[in-house]
Order: sequence, then C-alpha cells, then structure tokens
Amino acid sequence: MSGGKGAKMAGGRGTRLFIVPMAMVAVLFVAIPLCYVLVISFMTRGDNSTVQAIFTAENYRRLLDPNYARVFLNSMLLALWTTLLALLLGYPFGYCMARANRRWRALLMLLVIVPFWTNALVRLYGWKILLQANGPVNTVLRALGLIDQPLRMLGSYGSVLLAMVYCLIPFMILPCHSAVDKMDWSCVEAARDLGAKPWYAFLTVTLPLTLPGISAGCVLVFVPSLGLFFVSDLMGGSLMLVGNLIRDQLLKSRDWPFGAALSMLLMAVTVLIFGLYRRSGGKDLGVF
Amino acid sequence: MEEVILSLKGIEKSFGEGDVLACIDLDVRKGEFVTLLGSSGCGKTTTLRIIAGLETPDAGRVVLNGQDVTDLSPERRNVNTVFQNYALFPHMNVEKNVAYGLRVRGVSKAETRERVAQMLRLVQMENFAKRMPSQLSGGQRQRIAIARALCCNPALLLLDEPLGALDLQLRRQMQVELKRLQEKLGITFIYITHDQEEALGMSDRIAVMRDGRFEQIGTPQDIFERPATRYVAQFIGQSTLLDAQVESAADGVATLSCPDGQMRVSLARGALRPGEEATVCVRNERMRASASPVEGFTLAGTVNLNRYAAGALMTHVTLPSGLDVAAVAAGGLEDAPAVGSRAYLYWDPAQASVVGGASHVRG
Repeated sequence: MSGGKGAKMAGGRGTRLFIVPMAMVAVLFVAIPLCYVLVISFMTRGDNSTVQAIFTAENYRRLLDPNYARVFLNSMLLALWTTLLALLLGYPFGYCMARANRRWRALLMLLVIVPFWTNALVRLYGWKILLQANGPVNTVLRALGLIDQPLRMLGSYGSVLLAMVYCLIPFMILPCHSAVDKMDWSCVEAARDLGAKPWYAFLTVTLPLTLPGISAGCVLVFVPSLGLFFVSDLMGGSLMLVGNLIRDQLLKSRDWPFGAALSMLLMAVTVLIFGLYRRSGGKDLGVF
Repeated sequence: MEEVILSLKGIEKSFGEGDVLACIDLDVRKGEFVTLLGSSGCGKTTTLRIIAGLETPDAGRVVLNGQDVTDLSPERRNVNTVFQNYALFPHMNVEKNVAYGLRVRGVSKAETRERVAQMLRLVQMENFAKRMPSQLSGGQRQRIAIARALCCNPALLLLDEPLGALDLQLRRQMQVELKRLQEKLGITFIYITHDQEEALGMSDRIAVMRDGRFEQIGTPQDIFERPATRYVAQFIGQSTLLDAQVESAADGVATLSCPDGQMRVSLARGALRPGEEATVCVRNERMRASASPVEGFTLAGTVNLNRYAAGALMTHVTLPSGLDVAAVAAGGLEDAPAVGSRAYLYWDPAQASVVGGASHVRG
C-alpha cells in the first residue's frame, strides 16, 4: 500500500526518469527485433539463403496456401485441446488448493512450483523415458498382466497432448487458485443457506465468481501452446505445427522472409486473442 | 407464543485449540426476538452458524420445530441468515439476489416476480430491483440481504451483526425498522450483536455470552436491573461494583458496609441476610454525588473530574480505597462539588442491584 502511494507521490518527472531505462530495454530487446522481423517479412529471398532488399507482399500471399492453413489449424486444435484439458485438471486442483488448510496448501503449491526448478526440456525427456516401449509404465502394465505387447505411447497425439498439458498446467492452476482464494466464501454459504445444494451453489455462485481466473488461465495456456512446437517433436508426434514451419523456414529452407511472414501471422493471432480477452473484461495479466 | 421453535441442547464446539462453545442450552419461542450478546470471540457467531447448519457441533443437538436437524445440511433447514458482510451475490442484480432462494426451489416465474416485488416493498427498495450490489450503499445492501433472507419465509431468521458496518445514525434507524419488521411479520429472530444498547433496545430476551457459555439469559430489564454475574453487570452499561458485607436488614432495606463506607440497598433487589457477602451494582446514571452527607450512606471521596455528559454533569470521585466512581452531580450543573472538594455518594436503594442475588430466568 505504502509503496503504491510513494510511487504516486513521486509522480511526474521522477516517474518519467525511472521509465527511461525500462523503455530502452524494451526497445532494444522487443521493438527492434520485432521491426526487423516485420521488415524482413516484406523482402525477397535471395540466393544462398540471403535476403534481398526488394519489397514484396508475396510472402503473405503464400500464407493463403491451404497447406499452411492446415498447419495453423493443427496448431489451433492442439492448443485448444491443451487448454481444455488443462482447465479440466487445473481448475479442480486450484480449487482444492484454495480450500485446503495451510499445510496442504503449502505442499500443493510446492508441487506446482517445483517443476519450474528444472528445465522443461529435461523434464520432457523424463516423460519420454517413462512412456517408451521398455519404460516403467509398460513394464508395470505388463507385470500386472494388463497387456501382452508394450503399448506404443510415444509418438501418439495423446502423448503430445499429455506433455503439452504437463508443461502448461501451472499457468492454469495459479490463476484459478487465486480466483477461488480471493472469492468471498460467505457467498457460497449464503447460497447454501438459501437452499442450494452444493453442486447448484457451485454452478450459480462459485463458477461465475471465479470466471476471471478461468479466462486468465485459458489465455495463459492457449497462447504459449500455439508456439510450443518442440514438445510435439520431442514426444515424436510428427505433427506439423506453426512452430515447426517457422523453424524449418528459418533453419532448413533458409527462406527468412517467408519465416518472418509466418511469425507475423502467429503474432497477429496472439494479439487478437489478448485483445478479445481484454475487451471481454479480462484483467491485466502483466503481458498486455 | 409459548411454542418452542428452536432448542439447542448441550452444544459443544472446538476448533483445534480450546473450546469455542461449552455446553450451550437455549430454547427460543415462536415469534421471539432473541439476542446473543457478547464481545468478539465469545462464540456467538459459531452458535449462529451451528443453527444455520454451516458448522457441525462436536456434541449436542439442534432441534428445529420439533425435528432434530443437527445432521442436516444448511439447504435442508428452514432457516435463513443475514450475513455480517451481507454476502450478496456480486454478479447478480438486486432482483436476482432476492429471488435466489425461490429459483433454487423451482418456484414459477410469475410467482417469483410477485414475491420479490413484495419483499422489495417490505424493505422499501422497490426502485432498486435492477441495480447491482456494488451500486448500493451499505444500508441499502443491508435491506437487500434482509429481503433475500426473508423471501423464502423462514421459520427462523438469523442475523449476524447485521448493523455492524453502518454508521451510528443509520444503525439507530435500522434498529427501529428491524424491530418493526419483526413484529409485523411475526418471524422468530436470533440476532447477534456486541452492542449492548442495541441488544437492550430490540430484544425480547438477551443471552449474554462469554467464553462459549451463557452468563445470563433474560429479558432486557432482567439483564439491566438484575445482572446475574459481575461480568454481565460490567458488560451492560457502565456501573460501579462494590463488594460489601450485610450489616442489617430491616423494613425492606439492607444496610451494607465496605472499607469505603456504608450504603443501602432495597431488599426487593435481593434477599440479603446479615453477615452475608454481596456485590452491589450501581449504574453510573443512578449514582449521585452530593456535597453533603445523605442518610444511610457514608461513602465519601475526593472529586477528581467534572465533565459534561449529555444533559448531566458527571462527577468522578476517588474513594479512599482508590476506586474511581462516576456519578451524576446531585445539585445539577450549577451546584456541582468542585474538583478537589469532598463529595458523598448515594443512590435510591431501590435502584441498586445485587449481583447474582436476584432470581433470573434461565434458558
């Protein structure tokens, strides 16, 4: 409280001076590279993976190719499924965490946060080992006599989805938890007091009151899942996603202008989602 | 009026460390306005939550309308609550808030509309049906919370410090309105407050609570005139307590003495026998300070402060034992004993009470 007041009092020139270094960082690391990509996306590809400074809109026209539309659709669908599953698992988790006593809450919070201490790539290799043909999961299932042949889990859409949800679920759990935690519980008690059964009270009171947390979580999961192409690669999903496409254009085909155009499209989609979120009354996520 | 609508029988409750409620017994009659009065942390809210079903007692039974409801969840009890912070649904407008209980019960739209309108008229909020709770003032939210709780026609209405968040003027106005409403509807109210003035002014009966027990249950007059314990005497109003020994009792008046002097108490206020120890309680507004001695009283001390208090001059007198007593200056505003001078304390023997000496209503 006092900090906010202090910042307000500092106001005017002091605040403006304080902003200068931040603005410089933003310009250096965000605005300049972004403009660079934007400029390149309107250039022509030269020989030997060079970029020629000849203006063209050809790169954007190529985006209309149905093959690329299919790639975008793949990415959208994967992101949608990931968000849905993360919500179905993450909301109850966040809810229970908010309703648990202090000791349980600390433990659950730790479970959510600990994975951040290790690199996501390393953790995904862990999943690979778990799910491979002679991995622990297959071994246990066979030992229990539930299966004869090892299940081929790696490479399936399910395994990609599992890994995606695994990577992003903390971003669903945390806003849901905070929404349930901040909700005035006496409203639920009032609903029960007025005759609502627990499930009815949840649907008519808890759910609407925690909707801001749900929509924040959905945006925070959906947007990164549009770009997380390496998960699919690592789990052997052989899915062609926007991320793969951009990487291939930049590193394999060496077609930087087209890669840049793809990046701008992905960026536009992201901006659109945030825009819709903010317009629907979503709170500031600190990213937009 | 004699029909018992709610019985609490031996209710006990603890949350981890220490008892919150230790053996609560209470019978509430139909149409009664019963107030649970106590300082914060005395267990009054827990008692209310147990009646509502929001808390389960560790021991004891809750009997509502002859039916044991101890194990019934809140939605299955014909009891509604006005919560301390109102707990209006912030995402619903006034109309939908009030209609919630009917909607849950699947009451038809036409009937709901009529009933909600009737409720809003009752609390004089008919012009606010479409407002959101955030657009209402504290007093208006209060009315809506009451309308919502009354909408389903509960057998019992529980009110948890409903006026606690309002300023003094509005609180006084709402006290009168609530009391009128209760008498008009004939619904049984169980009311929680820590404000003794509110409790005295509204209740049919008051249960004074302390540390999870009832100190005294009785009519406001009982509680005020015949406090059962020192705690009640000190909690209700401002008064002076004097520990004394009965010297004689004759002609309806007992004479008592304490190290600071002699005093008189009417025998109608308690059966006092010579030789007994008794605690005499005198309300500040009934204590008199005079410049000259009064027959039967020899309590004298030095005036240390005169202050004006709502129409009277309060004289503070220090007795030899060090006790500071507030009294009304007997001579009025002009003729008060000056600071530093000697003053004699006395009172009408019929207006002092003997703590724990009088019979009081239980349960």
